[in-house]
Amino acid sequence: MTTAIRGITRADSQLLGIAFALFAGLGLLFVSGLAQATVLHDAAHDQRHAMAFPCH
Amino acid sequence: MIRTLLASAVFAGVAAGLVAALLQFAFVVPLLLEGELYESGARVHFVEDGTPQSERGAPSLGDEPGRHAMTLAFNIVTYTGFALILVALMALAERRGITVTPKQGIVWGLAGFVAVQLAPAIGLPPELPGTPAAEIGPRQAWWAATIFMTAAGIALIAFGQGVVAAIAGAALILAPHLVGAPHLDTYWGVAPPELSAEFATVSLGVAAAGWTLLGFLCAFFLNRFRDA
Repeated sequence: MTTAIRGITRADSQLLGIAFALFAGLGLLFVSGLAQATVLHDAAHDQRHAMAFPCH
Repeated sequence: MIRTLLASAVFAGVAAGLVAALLQFAFVVPLLLEGELYESGARVHFVEDGTPQSERGAPSLGDEPGRHAMTLAFNIVTYTGFALILVALMALAERRGITVTPKQGIVWGLAGFVAVQLAPAIGLPPELPGTPAAEIGPRQAWWAATIFMTAAGIALIAFGQGVVAAIAGAALILAPHLVGAPHLDTYWGVAPPELSAEFATVSLGVAAAGWTLLGFLCAFFLNRFRDA
């Protein structure tokens, strides 16, 4: 019983970690690649062109 | 688990982002600066005495250190973003009993390159500054959809069971190109075609190198931190 519960908790925390990493990654990419705020766009401009992110 | 994933992604992302930025400074940014000369009109290609011709040669990178520092910083942000997604997917695979050694990580990195760079570049080639293009919104939508469909297609081919999964994967990869990327009805480019072509191929090549390294490093750090 205890082992089963521990197993479930471990699986949940694993999935939570995976989901967190996925969303954090998407968030960073939104900032560096897609956000159109002028300051961000200008600073990221060359990198966006170099990575072929649709820029402007 | 969270700490292993985050630490692996940050180490791999910062290292691969640094290397990618150095490669960009050597190969991509000079072409980009050269393209800007045509964007601003400092150089003109298509109208000199009726025949297209213009000088070859890029401006120096030394004039704008602040600008290039931002390029370096955003490469690190971008590659750390890629790394977070890559380690998350690797961890998902490992939950299903698929081990990812550092050498297999190279294949993961190359698959990332195909999904995130090569497939969208077929419809929307890397653009020199100053190349007029269709509206940003639809292009970003096509770009994002192509990345997700190509990644899902590759995953189906790699991990799906049977021929049907592989065919469905191939169909997913093909679909955005059958729909087609948003384009203008006319050509407006002011830069020499050779320069645009060189920029497109060189930036894809540098991205391939960055992704290969990223895949290796993600798997390497994931294995190392988990065992620690």
